[in-house]
Amino acid sequence: MTGDAATAPFLDVRGVTLQYKTPARLVTATYRVDFDVRAGERFVVLGPSGCGKSTLLKAIGGYLAPVEGEIRLKGQRIGKPGPDRMMVFQEFDQLLPWRTVLENVTFPLLASGRLAGPAADARAREYICKVHLDEFADSYPHMLSGGMKQRVAIARAMAMEPDILLMDEPFAALDALTRRRMQDELLALWEGTNLTMVFVTHSIAEAIRIGTRILLLTPHPGQVRAELNSLDGAADAHAVAALEGRIHAMLFSDRADASALT
Amino acid sequence: MSPDGLAARPEVVREPVAAGALGVAEAPLSAWERTTNIGAVRKVALLVMLALIWEGYARWLNNPLLVPTFSATVEAFFHGIRSGELVGKALTSLRVLLIGYALGIVCATALTVVAILSRTGTDLLELLTSMFNPLPAIALLPLALIWFGLGYGSIVFVIIHSVLWAVALNTHSGFRSVSPTLRMVGRNYGLSGLRYVAAILIPAAFPSILTGLKIGWAFAWRTLIAAELVFGVSSGAGGLGWYIYENKNQLDIPNVFAGLFTVIVIGLIVENAIFRWIETRTVRKWGMQA
Repeated sequence: MTGDAATAPFLDVRGVTLQYKTPARLVTATYRVDFDVRAGERFVVLGPSGCGKSTLLKAIGGYLAPVEGEIRLKGQRIGKPGPDRMMVFQEFDQLLPWRTVLENVTFPLLASGRLAGPAADARAREYICKVHLDEFADSYPHMLSGGMKQRVAIARAMAMEPDILLMDEPFAALDALTRRRMQDELLALWEGTNLTMVFVTHSIAEAIRIGTRILLLTPHPGQVRAELNSLDGAADAHAVAALEGRIHAMLFSDRADASALT
Repeated sequence: MSPDGLAARPEVVREPVAAGALGVAEAPLSAWERTTNIGAVRKVALLVMLALIWEGYARWLNNPLLVPTFSATVEAFFHGIRSGELVGKALTSLRVLLIGYALGIVCATALTVVAILSRTGTDLLELLTSMFNPLPAIALLPLALIWFGLGYGSIVFVIIHSVLWAVALNTHSGFRSVSPTLRMVGRNYGLSGLRYVAAILIPAAFPSILTGLKIGWAFAWRTLIAAELVFGVSSGAGGLGWYIYENKNQLDIPNVFAGLFTVIVIGLIVENAIFRWIETRTVRKWGMQA
């Protein structure tokens, strides 16, 4: 890849204001958010509950149109959901219960017409192996644990080799030990592929571990507070603690209440 | 208690015992437990008990014109089967039933798909269901007789009416309760329109759809038998309802019971064989229903 292509914005989010309606009121989730993601980055959107980070991810996914501003992926304006932006959700029920692990991974490949027959099967098995679930390829989702289900969801999204991988707090519903292991596994998986990833989380520690670049949003409505470079895996504990402290101070500079963020 | 508190407590590290060294870690269930774990065995035992109660009560009553004994009913039933009369009537009924049931499901599917793809469709379905679902199918029979004449057409019409609303209502409520995450997953794959309905909504809503199909099946039977009590399917060649009605006129009560018994047996087979077969291969296998 030439240097030019590598530094040009891959995903371009310009002045995006998002609103959604509840039966009682109109809620502004984010207000004029600007950022861009370069190809191959692990871009983390970090903020407390109510900062509109999930809504922002849904807008990138194409489920929601901005009322102001625009989102472009590789120069193309995002209109509706599509298999070029695979989502991994927080919920364990994102797998189709009526399909086995293997069928869950092959289905998007077949449905989008990306691959057919044995080629789809081979690709799916390759990614199921990568997430260490080869023994469970013929199991149904209800037989798997929460962590295993999330691994299937990640395998399913990665097997599509999408332009961009959108992850909506995929590890938030897992216990702390499993979450830690899944973070390592995700980083190991990413090593081989150089996928571009947008990862939403409310955990500062997770953001520093996962991200190469971190976007901080403030709540009600979500606005950009900062865009920081993260540390690489080799950074020592002092540097991590310093960055954690810095992020914490930025998010809570105007409030004493820090309990909303872990 | 150590005065130093927490710091003085020693650490404990143990090695787990190998599983083989334990006593009983796993043992097979007893023969009785294994037998009573089979649903079919428990149900057959209940059936036998109900039959015994029936037999006992009928003997105590000793009035075959009111309640014939279970044995007399079974005898009449097997006699009817051997003579071929009961089989013929049952087949006539089943054929009409299946035609009406299939057409009802087709109509329900069309209506629900329209309802799921547009808001006007939803309104239409909700309105029609609330209007026609409470209307007993048999109340439409006089009208059907005028429109379609004395024969298959009228009965099929009232069966469609009885199946359509139950199936449509359940399917639609099933579609609406599909989790938002699964919906987003489907759209993420780029599915839309009929492909989206077929690949995501129908399997995800399958438990409700199956309930709708079962209710529709029961409604279809009721309507059919009731309609046949009014007249045979076509002059002389009636179904089970007509068989029951005719035998009542001749005061051949064991045969009346044999006719009812046939309806019950068919119901048991359909519920415990056909629907159960579908269930174990779909919703149970997928973990959507215990």
